[in-house]
Amino acid sequence: MIEKALKGDRSYWGWIVFLLFIIAAGVYSYARQLDTGLTVTGMGRDVSWGVYIAQFTFLVGVAASAVMVVLPYYLHDYKAFGKIVIVGEFMAVAATIMCILFILADMGRPDRVLNVLLYPTPHSMVFWDVTVLNGYLLLNIISGWAVLGAERKGVPAPKWVKPVIYLSIPWAISIHTVTAFLYAGLPGRHLWLTAVLAPRFLASAFAAGPALLILVTYILKKTTGFDAGKEAVNKLAVIVTYAAVVNFFLIGMEFFTAFYSNIPGHMHSLQYLFFGLHGKGQLVSWMWFSMMIGLGSLVVLLVPKLRKSSTWLIAACLGIVLSIWIDKGVGLILGGFVPSPLEEIVEYFPTLIEISVTLGIWAIGIFLLTILLKVAVAVKTQD
Amino acid sequence: MDEQRREFIRKTGLGVLAGLGAVSGLFPESSMESAVASTSSGDSASGKTRWGMVIDTRKCRGECTRCIDACHEVHNVPKFDNAKDEIKWIWKSPFENVFPGESKQFVSEETREKSYLALCNHCDNPPCVRACPTQATFKRRWDGIVAMDYHRCIGCRFCMAACPYGARSFNWRDPRPAIKKMDPSYPTRERGVVEKCNFCSERLARNMQPACVEACPEGALTFGDLNDEQSEIRVLLDRNHTLQRKSELGTRPSVFYII
Ligand code: SF4
Ligand code: SF4
Repeated sequence: MIEKALKGDRSYWGWIVFLLFIIAAGVYSYARQLDTGLTVTGMGRDVSWGVYIAQFTFLVGVAASAVMVVLPYYLHDYKAFGKIVIVGEFMAVAATIMCILFILADMGRPDRVLNVLLYPTPHSMVFWDVTVLNGYLLLNIISGWAVLGAERKGVPAPKWVKPVIYLSIPWAISIHTVTAFLYAGLPGRHLWLTAVLAPRFLASAFAAGPALLILVTYILKKTTGFDAGKEAVNKLAVIVTYAAVVNFFLIGMEFFTAFYSNIPGHMHSLQYLFFGLHGKGQLVSWMWFSMMIGLGSLVVLLVPKLRKSSTWLIAACLGIVLSIWIDKGVGLILGGFVPSPLEEIVEYFPTLIEISVTLGIWAIGIFLLTILLKVAVAVKTQD
Repeated sequence: MDEQRREFIRKTGLGVLAGLGAVSGLFPESSMESAVASTSSGDSASGKTRWGMVIDTRKCRGECTRCIDACHEVHNVPKFDNAKDEIKWIWKSPFENVFPGESKQFVSEETREKSYLALCNHCDNPPCVRACPTQATFKRRWDGIVAMDYHRCIGCRFCMAACPYGARSFNWRDPRPAIKKMDPSYPTRERGVVEKCNFCSERLARNMQPACVEACPEGALTFGDLNDEQSEIRVLLDRNHTLQRKSELGTRPSVFYII
């Protein structure tokens, strides 16, 4: 099937070359990082995680969100998702691979990564995260490929695929729950020490993921003529709307708990992120931008007429993705480290090398997605 | 709802509760009771050693750094000039940084101006150990020291996020060029792994006191077995009111402060 990715027009190849170029730059930067150590990043003793772990967190959400198309289609036999389900699954595959790469990029000794499996440690949440992420990757590759392969031959998908797909549904929830547990169980990091972290992760994932999916379907339609169907997109837009409502509701809960209780530790990180603390507030404009654009997009989504117009929908989806990317992919991780356990405020600025590695990993993911979708569209349109 | 169903629900409910009870009985580590006790009281059992330290801050002179220098020298701790790459096992910080939860109003001038020693607390209930995915950070069963295996550490820095005391440092770059005087009796670390105070386990094995304790000219640091009622450290703890850093987090630090 993969040979279908080798046939394409000029713009397809141009896109591939462009991605390869960014990947090459990323690989070069990563080589520099391997050579000198993580000191080439902006991370330090106080803010000891940065964009890598933040991207990881955001992308686990994107991966998990495939369940929003898989569940209605396979469990409720919602036919309108017939064409889009494979897009969702392949997006999950690409996102999961990016997650794994971001974890590797963040490690001080990536050559020892197998130690996680050689010395399995159930009381560590990382152990569970590695397990569920890899499992999820397998489940999605297997089910996506098997269903597509059967479709190509024009035969029904093999019987064993169904249970695999059913298993992937709770599994998707688990990957993002366990990811939240990575942070939520740490004493002394008040921003993360909240029971709504996992629910918030899921809500933001089910908003940002399907919003991204809508954007991908528009790109597919534009570039390949593959149309996922108006009904599918409308349904996805409704999912995005509800999930975004829940997401912003939960963010509001965090504010209420912190500021009404007035406990300094609980307020500090939020104060730092949204208002600045002791004169330092590098992320303040980012966070307000995230809030404004997120809530603005939500308003657009809440009006059925706007939601049904593709221009407004595209704008709103872009807004939701950007808003949640900032909230989760920037604010949440960095905010957890400020103030430090000794109540010092240390700010973090990613370096060029770090940004280049980050872009490189994104490019690898988008490259994979391009190839996978190329194959999928070729099979679906039988050319 | 009819009687039968109600009865069924009652019974299954009881069954689940009984099950949970049995589980927590079988695995004392997981029982709810121990979780509650560990946050506040519940001094450790005797029999095993639990190394601990009392820092008498009344005796500690503000500008003195003898203990810090001694520690960093015998453990080949590198010295970098920037805060980002910094590695430290023991250091001094102001009261409000070392004890952020303690009272902040009308603090005496002396307390406000003095700096206080901070180091790994060798917690009895260490969150860093819980978080580490490879057991590269582990608690020694026989003496309570929270130790590290530099050869196993993958550098994921989960322990750094988990430690509520900022006690851990990461080797962001090769430490060796930044070591002033190499001490061949203790291994240097490689780039990419985490390190922290080890309560001088290498010296304890040779029946020596920790380097910081030995170096202090004022006798402000007392080291000993917290589980031994006769020990000097226990006598000090009996006679003085002491503080543990962020004791409300239930980590049960083994380092105590007389303020
Ligand atoms: S002080 Fe920090 S590093 Fe030391 S044992 Fe406690 S949690 Fe672990
Ligand atoms: S950095 Fe090393 S010691 Fe710390 S959690 Fe990771 S593997 Fe364990």
